[in-house]
Amino acid sequence: MGLRGDAAIVGIAEWTPERRPARPPMFTLEQWAQLAREALDDAGIDPSEVDGICATNIRESDSFVPSTITEYLGLHVNFAEVVDLGGASCAAMVWRAAAAIELGLCNVVVIAAPSWPSPRPPNPPSGPSSWRYGASSANYGSPQAEFDIPYGNVAQNCGYAQIAMKYGAEYGYDPEALAKIAVDQRVSANHNPAAVFHNVPITVEDVLNSPMISDPIHMLEIVMPCFGGAAIVVAGQDAARRSKHRPAWISGFGERVLHKTPTYADDLLSTALIPAAEQAFAMSGRTRDEVDLISVYDCYTITVLMTIEDAGFCPRGEGQQFVREHDLSFRGDFPCNTHGGQLGFGQAGLAGGMSHITEGARQLMRRADTHQVPDADVAFITGNGGLMSEQVALILEGD
Amino acid sequence: MSDDQLQPPMPTPIDRTQPFWDGLREGRVRIQYSPSSDQWVFYPRSHAPLTLADDLEWRDISGEGTLYTYTIARRPTAPDFAGQEPQIIAVVELDEGPRLTSTLVNVAETAITIGMRVRPVFDHISDADTTLLRYAPVD
Repeated sequence: MGLRGDAAIVGIAEWTPERRPARPPMFTLEQWAQLAREALDDAGIDPSEVDGICATNIRESDSFVPSTITEYLGLHVNFAEVVDLGGASCAAMVWRAAAAIELGLCNVVVIAAPSWPSPRPPNPPSGPSSWRYGASSANYGSPQAEFDIPYGNVAQNCGYAQIAMKYGAEYGYDPEALAKIAVDQRVSANHNPAAVFHNVPITVEDVLNSPMISDPIHMLEIVMPCFGGAAIVVAGQDAARRSKHRPAWISGFGERVLHKTPTYADDLLSTALIPAAEQAFAMSGRTRDEVDLISVYDCYTITVLMTIEDAGFCPRGEGQQFVREHDLSFRGDFPCNTHGGQLGFGQAGLAGGMSHITEGARQLMRRADTHQVPDADVAFITGNGGLMSEQVALILEGD
Repeated sequence: MSDDQLQPPMPTPIDRTQPFWDGLREGRVRIQYSPSSDQWVFYPRSHAPLTLADDLEWRDISGEGTLYTYTIARRPTAPDFAGQEPQIIAVVELDEGPRLTSTLVNVAETAITIGMRVRPVFDHISDADTTLLRYAPVD
């Protein structure tokens, strides 16, 4: 079952994340065009070869998203997909593109996550933005609107904090180990000129002394929201062999989608990543020992901790000890989020979830320069949407 | 509307969920039950989860349960909740099995432990003519 590993990531575009954007706003469609061009240029593939796209939502149209994009870009495609899995969207787009290529539907797929500010309309609608509830839906008839938002269970901090509290009640909570995840990733960010926290070192004490946002999560354990954008090109054998870089072959994936609100999880400590990672490893034929680096969704430190466990790199409940015993930086014995992760590199909207993929591919292409993991051949990647409840695992391999 | 006019959002019941909110207003907790799958269900819906049976019926329960997890939000979780921090946002596991979102009241932060017994507190919001289901430790 699954992929043969005949499709690869061959081109990357990634705008440097910015907390206060200096360049002017761009419409999503303009960002799509620019990102696609940069990623295709990087691969050395002509835009005329593109016959598939994977997109997330765009500002300019609530529906008919793919055709709005293909029309604007002048593309004629055989595969047009919209993915709505939050932080897992980009990883989910990667396997969908690979599957479409292996089915013979298409040969070159562009995947983009534009996350730069869009121009405001001249007469914006009045009233508070529905985005004040983050990913929680306040729409009429939404279960969250009726049963969760009125109690303040809104957006992400609250839910991840509830997960961390439950984890602590079950396995014990070691705040220093959790803080060390942010510190180790910051080491990598300090060596990555594109990171928002380039050359801004932190210590475990800094993390633990940062304000408590929602017990037990401190401010420095939470992603830094910023603006940016990213795109990749996924190509089949023929185009991949003609591309400019060492292809990052997509050899395995798994996807699992459960609930939206943690309240309604069957078991808050049995995440959707467990089956997703198992499937990805089984499909690729790779073992955990063969993985040279992991590039995993890190909205919070607890996310990384549970990902290390649930992907099978250590037994469940032993992640804190594992983190204490390993160096997670790019030069360590367990390289994890070598670009700095979203905690250190920045989370530019959905492009934040792309950063784990671009970094994994960049490492296998041996283009990570200042933060290169020597001889990187196998990367394990995750995307995580919602609250640990939408999970995608990918295995990327060099030749 | 400016931000300083924001109020904590109140639920807008739909026909299917109205019995739950009517119950709270009367000081009763009632949730749905599916006889065919012997399954209690929360939140209220049209079909039982997993089996998709359409035999859900309303039954009164005690509302008591245990604290499954919680967090204490030191910053408002949304602008609407400014001034209410710290918010003790809880997940309660009802004795019948389903879990629900609530907030803990009448409890010292240091007295909260996951797994402790909790009982319903009916918080009537006069302005909205709505009763919210909060929880406190069982004495």
